[in-house]
Amino acid sequence: MSAVKFYQTGSLAVGNRLLPIEQRSVQATGDRTNAITCGHRACQGCGEALGARVVLDAAMRATGGKLIVVNATGCLEVFSTPYPESAWRVPWIHSLFGNAPAVASGVAAALRARGRTDIRVLGQGGDGGTVDIGFGALSGMFERDDDVLFVCYDNEAYMNTGVQRSGATPPAARTATTQAVGPEPGNVFGQGKSAPLIAMAHEIGYVATATVADVRDLERKVARAMELHGARYLHVLVPCPLGWGSATSETIRVARLAVQSGLFPLFEAERGEVVAVTPLRGAPVPVEEYLRIQKRYAHLFSPAVRADVLARIQALAERNIARFGLCRAEES
Amino acid sequence: MDTPFATTLRPETSRANKTGAWRTERPVYVDLMPPCNDACPAGENVQRWLYHAEEGGYEAAWRQLMEDNPFPAVMGRVCYHPCQAACNRGQLDEPVGINAVERFLGDEAIRRGWTVPVPPGPAGMHVLVVGAGPAGLSAAYHLVRLGHRVTIRDAAEQAGGMMRYGIPAYRLPRDVLDAEIARIVGMGVTLELGRPVRDLEEALGEFDAVFLAIGAQLSRRAYIPAGDSARLLDALTVLRTVAGGQDPQLGRQVVVYGGGNTAMDVARTARRLGATDPVVVYRRTRDRMPAQPFEVDEAEEEGVRIRWLSTIAAAGDGAITVERMRLDDSGFPQPTGELEDLDADSVVLAIGQDVDRSIVDDVPGIEIRDAAVQVGPDMMTGRPGIFAGGDMAGGMAVTERTVTAAIGHGKRAARHIDAWLRGAVRQPADRPELATFERLNTWYYTDAPATVRPHLEMARRVSTFDEVVGGLDEATALFEARRCLSCGNCFECDNCYGLCPDNAVIKLGPGRRFAIDYDYCKGCGICVTECPAGAITLVAEET
Repeated sequence: MSAVKFYQTGSLAVGNRLLPIEQRSVQATGDRTNAITCGHRACQGCGEALGARVVLDAAMRATGGKLIVVNATGCLEVFSTPYPESAWRVPWIHSLFGNAPAVASGVAAALRARGRTDIRVLGQGGDGGTVDIGFGALSGMFERDDDVLFVCYDNEAYMNTGVQRSGATPPAARTATTQAVGPEPGNVFGQGKSAPLIAMAHEIGYVATATVADVRDLERKVARAMELHGARYLHVLVPCPLGWGSATSETIRVARLAVQSGLFPLFEAERGEVVAVTPLRGAPVPVEEYLRIQKRYAHLFSPAVRADVLARIQALAERNIARFGLCRAEES
Repeated sequence: MDTPFATTLRPETSRANKTGAWRTERPVYVDLMPPCNDACPAGENVQRWLYHAEEGGYEAAWRQLMEDNPFPAVMGRVCYHPCQAACNRGQLDEPVGINAVERFLGDEAIRRGWTVPVPPGPAGMHVLVVGAGPAGLSAAYHLVRLGHRVTIRDAAEQAGGMMRYGIPAYRLPRDVLDAEIARIVGMGVTLELGRPVRDLEEALGEFDAVFLAIGAQLSRRAYIPAGDSARLLDALTVLRTVAGGQDPQLGRQVVVYGGGNTAMDVARTARRLGATDPVVVYRRTRDRMPAQPFEVDEAEEEGVRIRWLSTIAAAGDGAITVERMRLDDSGFPQPTGELEDLDADSVVLAIGQDVDRSIVDDVPGIEIRDAAVQVGPDMMTGRPGIFAGGDMAGGMAVTERTVTAAIGHGKRAARHIDAWLRGAVRQPADRPELATFERLNTWYYTDAPATVRPHLEMARRVSTFDEVVGGLDEATALFEARRCLSCGNCFECDNCYGLCPDNAVIKLGPGRRFAIDYDYCKGCGICVTECPAGAITLVAEET
């Protein structure tokens, strides 16, 4: 983590005019790639559009602009490339919903065959394409240790097709397929999976989690991943105002609260071992603060407050905090 | 479509899709009024000069400061810094040490000999300033910068007014005061000392306009039954005597009557002159004291004793009689009849000051109310061409009697005099909306406790007139400047630029801030929410 302490903005804002140029974030520079640029049709306040720009701009800087991007089907693909337009400013290929990791493996193999190992490959998709539909291809990419960084932009449901539950949808969340009805409304507790932990089980070189709420942290993890070769995985939480029912202006705040409540732990792992966590800043925020500003959890607060459900979600957050040691004293 | 092999879509062809059409609200950059600027009686743009100081641009910071206030080194010592009381950072941890940074900049300017340029070309009108105190010197400074010729006349032997004759040297070293006055005089101001002005009508024949700033130099009296041998003095005489290098012969047991800053100044001065046990007698309670809390604290640290809820019933030879008071339901002190004797070699009255109105007595049109010369919002008296400010002025344009307020009066008067001389009326700029704490996104500000200014060791505080409060060095001044939250004003943190999902914020380069690309901005409002300084507002789109 950056040791630079700035009293006015800390290292928490995207940029800082007081920093030397080389220490500034990619997103603060006037000549960033803008890998995905204006005119794309993402909804207002889209976390995924922002996440993709931050990740790819950082990857472009790390690779000196030698990057090929493979995209799974999903919101990111649909809103960026409605024929005949494309919002991409990087070499970019889309094939199918479930095969992006396999296509990325193939691109890496082709580059190796042609002796162009200077060109790097980045695969990306939403949680549907990564955690569910493309999961077999992803696992194969991991176990072969193909030279690909795969990035999952996790907005916790199939947003493109109308907010259906995915394997990354959290408990109690309302989606089109997990309605807020019955004694246990919303998504079921005890289902779904943690793709980062499964990626770690493949003992690949690098696994990390990040959010769009901390651009410097996210950029640093992309840069670290691009220092390594072989299979790498980055899981980025990207709030979806439409699917989550949060205000379009609150996208960053929602992601920040996911982290600060402990529900979305930030960590890095190498070869199956957690090597670093980003501790919470100050005391953990009660999960209620995170849930209340999202309509997908409205049924936990109205007509009656579901203290029982809130307690179960709070317990999940506390488990993360204990498991990853998120409350360690901040380095002074 | 002519594209390379296997390429179906050209890069960034999405720009054909003007997503700005989706917008119902648009983000707009604003410059709001930071609370520090709002509270400054001298009208300083504190936020702006801190912005320069943050990047080590001390000269730029000082020049910004000098736009409004020609006395940074003095202000950085004697101002009661209402800016810091208003500072939003106070709600986060502690207010920014604005006053300390101001002093650092002022001292740096003296050390490096920075000066302010005078506009070239022939001088405009000729203005007489009566009184070389903070209001008069400030008015002269601003009038010279506006292109006018200025003559200051003052009855005293040295310039500075209350800054020299009222404020003790342990709060304001005289070399600092001299340096800042010399800089103003060096801009071409004619300073005529030992020259009181008695006839304003005559002066109006000689000059194009007159600015009156003679202060409030008459000590207010209180009726105290006193024996022939009682030694009763007034505060201003004591302070003036000490400032002139003389000993006012107060003795060892000194009683000061009053609860304002002047009372504290006298008691602390007495302590330095050898009083073993100076006592301040004040009729009300600590929380009702007009003196600044830090001055009371510093006085008590030095051994000044304060008797709350007390009044002086009688003064005699070597002793006074003190009567206990109690506050009635409306907060007024009422006598209780409980009496007590107190040793006192001398009694100093510090119960307020009045304006010597003899200078305006014969001038038609000038109104005196509440013992002050009344001025309008343009600082002009009822007599066209005669303006007034500082401690002597009252009326709708006037705030309080402090050095800072006087400096502000001088600036405001200079601008209105300039307009009046040109036959115009100065329209003050609209005040922007206040940048409240609620507008800030404080997540982005890291914890940084305030820097403590060094204090002189106690032995030297009670025996010398050396300056009590020390200054910051460059490292601590920089730290302190960087604690500024830049409330309501962009400081180029890049959050809007870096967090826009639509790449619709254009970075214009260092010092030039940002612009919204309304062709593509969808109006999500992320930039507004995540702006640490609250410098972006959403406004409804016209339909």
